[in-house]
Amino acid sequence: MTLPTPPRAPVPPPRPAARSIRSSGVQRAAAERTRTTIARRRVVNVVMVGITFVAAIVATLPLLFILGHLLKAGASSINLDFFTEIPKPPGESGGGMANAMAGTLVLIVTASLFGLPVGIGAGLYLAENRGTLIANGVRFLSDVLNGLPSIVMGIFAWQFLVRPMGKFTALAGGIALGAMMIPLVTRTTEEMIRIVPVSLREAALALGYSRWRTSLVVVLRTALPGIVTGALVAVSRIAGETAPLLFTVLGNQFWSLSLREPIAALPLQIFIFAISPYDQQHSLAWAGALVLIGIVLVISLAARFATRSRFGRGGD
Amino acid sequence: MSEAARPVVTARHDDAGIAARIEGSAIGDTIYRWMTTGFALCIPVLLLFIALEVGAAAWPAIKAFGFGFLTSSDWDPPHAVFGAAPAIYGTIVSSIIALIIATPLALGVAIFLSEFAPAWLRQPMAFFVDLLAAIPSVVYGLWGIFVLQPLLREHVMPFLSGLPLIGQSGLFEGPAYGPSMLGAGLILAIMVLPYISAVSREVLMAVPRSQREAALALGATKWEMIADAVVPYARSGIIGGIILGLGRALGETMAVTMLIGNVHKISASLFAPGYTMASLIANEFAEATGDLHLSALMAVGGVLFIVTLIVNALARWLVWRVSREARA
Repeated sequence: MTLPTPPRAPVPPPRPAARSIRSSGVQRAAAERTRTTIARRRVVNVVMVGITFVAAIVATLPLLFILGHLLKAGASSINLDFFTEIPKPPGESGGGMANAMAGTLVLIVTASLFGLPVGIGAGLYLAENRGTLIANGVRFLSDVLNGLPSIVMGIFAWQFLVRPMGKFTALAGGIALGAMMIPLVTRTTEEMIRIVPVSLREAALALGYSRWRTSLVVVLRTALPGIVTGALVAVSRIAGETAPLLFTVLGNQFWSLSLREPIAALPLQIFIFAISPYDQQHSLAWAGALVLIGIVLVISLAARFATRSRFGRGGD
Repeated sequence: MSEAARPVVTARHDDAGIAARIEGSAIGDTIYRWMTTGFALCIPVLLLFIALEVGAAAWPAIKAFGFGFLTSSDWDPPHAVFGAAPAIYGTIVSSIIALIIATPLALGVAIFLSEFAPAWLRQPMAFFVDLLAAIPSVVYGLWGIFVLQPLLREHVMPFLSGLPLIGQSGLFEGPAYGPSMLGAGLILAIMVLPYISAVSREVLMAVPRSQREAALALGATKWEMIADAVVPYARSGIIGGIILGLGRALGETMAVTMLIGNVHKISASLFAPGYTMASLIANEFAEATGDLHLSALMAVGGVLFIVTLIVNALARWLVWRVSREARA
């Protein structure tokens, strides 16, 4: 990528060189050199535009391939049964993933009940105590938590919740997912509260509002669309997580919505079907993947529009 | 607000009311302060808990095998002998493959989107690339098993081993089964690409206008401006983005588990199956035979935790340095 820096200093400025074409040979040679240098530099420029453009195209290709194949393979095996029935025993045709979809919903709600209050509260703290030692430390650790591999969260939840209770439960999975939401929600909440104008806060305080009411009623409400976006992004991320569920919710071939029992989940069920040897289950896995992607994309798009309506442009 | 508009009844009554309200708001403020502080402190406490729980569970294995756990290749659950070297090797190699493929592409995308692309193309294309990050890992795995793997086995692998010099290098030897280090690395490359490109785009855009204008005013072409003025300025942020991608690649579980073949062996050839730390845990944890096996898997998790912690901290520090310079 590094380009040999063109020799700028020794090259005479073009204008005098151009005028002197008629005069001396030395100057003519210099002008010639300048022209070829400029031509070469222009070519390099165009080539690099081309290379980066090709890179951009190549980078978007996998997405198109994956979505394309997903639509092709998933749509052919999706039908009404898929949404209303539970999985059939291996080898039998038919069956669906209704219990897995319901399970994913239960897990998302559980995770949100735990992850959202903590995340939003921590975000409020970070936004209102900027620059303090604790705030900087918490912000850093929240980034560290964000980078924690989901499988580590899974074994932690197993050790912390499943082992003492002696059984796999939906609750353990929900808490593992909720913990994964916290850093994302914290950071977006902090950013969204930071862009609320200080004048708004000052106006509320000047009207005699107490600090906590100012924060919760005025500032938080103003920042709400952005925070909703952050929450939706966090939900879309955990909706497809599989690794933290492997040893916490375990999966379930039957209907169960109880938090104290093993529960089925869409991504987990896709994994189980994908590595099974039966074609019938493979096609169910594709259908499940299509539905899962659909859910994730709808939530992501909703998140984008929630921000756009408020601040005029998409907040990334 | 409605209280302000209420007619004053008697002076004394109102004074008492105001005093009570001020008192009340002071208590409210205190409660609010404590609550938000409590929520904020949940994050360090959670991390500490994870470290302690995983560390405590890993302790028997650490005590039994010591440092040799990291260097030994024996993984023999029936005889309770455990060494994580193949998994550590596989984690590093698959992540390196991913970075080698993803970094140039991600940088190309980031430069194209932040410097060359026309305004109408910028948003949609950035959204497209970002969407890659929204696809769940298990869907990548599914696609990898049924689309990428056959493609590798039938076309890419024979092509690579047939190449004149590279084919003989030992990297591309042996039978092409499908489940392989190469496949895992390739899927990881697709998965980390959006992270690297998003961070790079962000730091490129954070480079001050004056930097670009100065280069252009000196007569630089657009590319020279990027190569000589913009990229060097954003360099440490871009490196931070790459390291952030590395952190993702190291800990990625599902897609890799589905593609890498899960074999406890260090092979030089990228066509051979292998193991990563995350896939090792995902595969064996549920069927662990005995306490030491479980503890060894916990120790693998602990190693993964420490490595990703260091990698992420490094990445954040590098990105933070650029944004601080841009602000100053």
